[in-house]
Amino acid sequence: MKSQVNRIECANLWKIFGPNPRRIIDDWGRYSKYNKTELMQRTGCVVGVKDVSFTVSAGEIFVIMGLSGSGKSTLLRCINRLHEPTRGKVFIDGEDITSLPKKTLRELRRKKIGMVFQHFALLPHRKVIDNVAYGLEIQGIDKKTRHSMALEVLELVGLKGWEHQYPHELSGGMQQRVGLARALAPNPEILLMDEAFSALDPLIRRQMQDEFIKLLKVVKKTIVFVTHDLHEALRIATRIAIMKGGSIDQIGTPAEIVLHPKTKYVAEFVQDLPRAKFVTAQDIMEPPSKWAVSANQTTEEIACKMDNENLWYAYVVDENRRIRGVIDYRTVVDGNGHLDPNNIMKDFPQERQHTFLEKLIKRAAKTSIPIAVTDENLRLLGVVSRECLLDALIS
Amino acid sequence: MGELTFPVRIPLGRWAETLIMWVTDNFESTFDGITKTVNVILVKIDAFFNWVPWPIMIAAVVGIAWLVSGKKTALFSAVSLFLLGAFGLWSEGMSTIALVTTSVFISVLFGLPLGILAAKSDRFDAVLRPILDGMQTIPSFVYLIPAIMLFGIGNVPGVMATVIFSLPPMVRLTNLGIRQVDAEVVEAGLAFGSTPWQLLLKIQLPLALPAIMTGVNQTVMMALSMVVVAAMIGAGGLGYKILYSIQRVNLAVGLESGLGILFIAMILDRILQGVTKKQQKVIFRE
Ligand SMILES: Nc1ncnc2c1ncn2[C@@H]1O[C@H](COP(=O)(O)OP(=O)(O)O)[C@@H](O)[C@H]1O
Ligand SMILES: [Mg+2]
Repeated sequence: MKSQVNRIECANLWKIFGPNPRRIIDDWGRYSKYNKTELMQRTGCVVGVKDVSFTVSAGEIFVIMGLSGSGKSTLLRCINRLHEPTRGKVFIDGEDITSLPKKTLRELRRKKIGMVFQHFALLPHRKVIDNVAYGLEIQGIDKKTRHSMALEVLELVGLKGWEHQYPHELSGGMQQRVGLARALAPNPEILLMDEAFSALDPLIRRQMQDEFIKLLKVVKKTIVFVTHDLHEALRIATRIAIMKGGSIDQIGTPAEIVLHPKTKYVAEFVQDLPRAKFVTAQDIMEPPSKWAVSANQTTEEIACKMDNENLWYAYVVDENRRIRGVIDYRTVVDGNGHLDPNNIMKDFPQERQHTFLEKLIKRAAKTSIPIAVTDENLRLLGVVSRECLLDALIS
Repeated sequence: MGELTFPVRIPLGRWAETLIMWVTDNFESTFDGITKTVNVILVKIDAFFNWVPWPIMIAAVVGIAWLVSGKKTALFSAVSLFLLGAFGLWSEGMSTIALVTTSVFISVLFGLPLGILAAKSDRFDAVLRPILDGMQTIPSFVYLIPAIMLFGIGNVPGVMATVIFSLPPMVRLTNLGIRQVDAEVVEAGLAFGSTPWQLLLKIQLPLALPAIMTGVNQTVMMALSMVVVAAMIGAGGLGYKILYSIQRVNLAVGLESGLGILFIAMILDRILQGVTKKQQKVIFRE
């Protein structure tokens, strides 16, 4: 599961392009009232990133989303210092990299941070294999070793057999696989991806997204992924940061962004979304504490709890929260003393926590019993009732 | 009305002269060294071109032309080189090629690094640009005077004047070629941790090569256009023949030598263009 290591941290990061950029930050109170054109005319400066802070933990797919010109690429490039931050700090694994000398920075780029580009940025004069091996080559790794490493990654991205082709002989999707392979070859812990799939046809893009998610199960990486496509963000992100005019409007999981947009801007972004397609069971389920009872409890206790919580059904769980079955309120109040095992129904709807709302609704339509959300060991993680579903749809 | 005179006379020319004199006096050994080195290179190349028997030379040029540029250029090279010999100008032609080769060699030697520096530093580019403009705009004859003062009379000052005249396109196109390399590709090079040298040698120069070759081609053409002027201070070859024909008003010699230079120019141009196109095909699939 998610370990809580902060792989990347950006703290109050600013990037301003132009002459004397620091004065703009120092005097932000004065300059903040100008729009982009006015600021450009008065000072010759452009604000790229404005006081941005966030952390990305190991294994996350952190998506930076926003319209064109909102500063996504600039922010991404501050992380490996392709752009020098004007102010603020970037930490990689706790180390402040904003003040690293050139040589150490190069080592960091070689070993720890890979990058994938919107238009692939392959070297047209080199064969696929030498493109993939580029990062290893500049580290001084000998040809035989780097070629065998490159072949391994090429196989991983499904390009085995294409190693002696030139980039222009490949389709767009394949070229970006080369780009991905090149970034993966030095086995970095972090991948920076700038609109990596945006230049591809919609169908190919979908396919690449799916394959990419699958690939990440094999190679564990921490990803910062820039996109202007909300659907793409929702498909692949563990968390999303929404950018506008250089700053971050909101950071949250896909469901948080969609269900609880914090600003008008974000709300407008997500209002037309088909929620059913990305809100999952775990985003809307209610806790077991509300829905679970123990077989050891007396019927009075159970009935009392169900009255309090206003439940028609309750899940019976053992001491490990594993589900034994579901009981109907009516059979409980009719019984006396202890629960009659015959009244514990074994037939109940259950789904995993990543099941999408769409499927949950279909499921709920066929049964009046609320849906149990379980893990692989049939432990009760939560319950999705009809009320939850309705709330999710209308809120 | 009296004649209106200027209130001051700025003796810029004198100052320049004084400067050159001072340089000559104080760096005599340096310039002697340069003269000797250039002369050695020139003599060796000249001796080589004149040593190769003409049928072999023609065969070699035709072969190269065929390889890089195709049948037409090959045929043209064969005919025109044969004509050059048949005009009785073989040896002069070879000397001119040696002169041009030496000049271009030196131009590339200096132009390439200057172009690279200009591409890497906007400030250097800003300083260099007006100087290059000047070098190309000032009539080529003007270079002859300091060339004589610094290097004396003969082939070497001819080469040096030619170098100064033909250097700008080399610098300009190297600069342009490097700056034109796709910014994202350069970013990729940096993102994977290239050193500035690795970036230059593995990414920028290979991708700038077609532009650089165009620069070489232009340098060659400008060097060829200088051969007559260079002959005025003692350079030999076809340029000297033409100068001679002008002084004697000898149309026969003038025509033949003029055609000789034209032939050489066309052959070199086609071959170099062929090379450039081949590189473009490899790099950009054009
Ligand atoms: N090298 C640069 N010089 C000046 N301004 C820049 C530069 N790069 C980006 N900008 C400006 O910074 C802002 C953010 O750009 P960018 O990060 O590329 O946005 P996005 O990737 O979200 O489309 C834009 O207004 C852009 O014009
Ligand atoms: Mg961008």
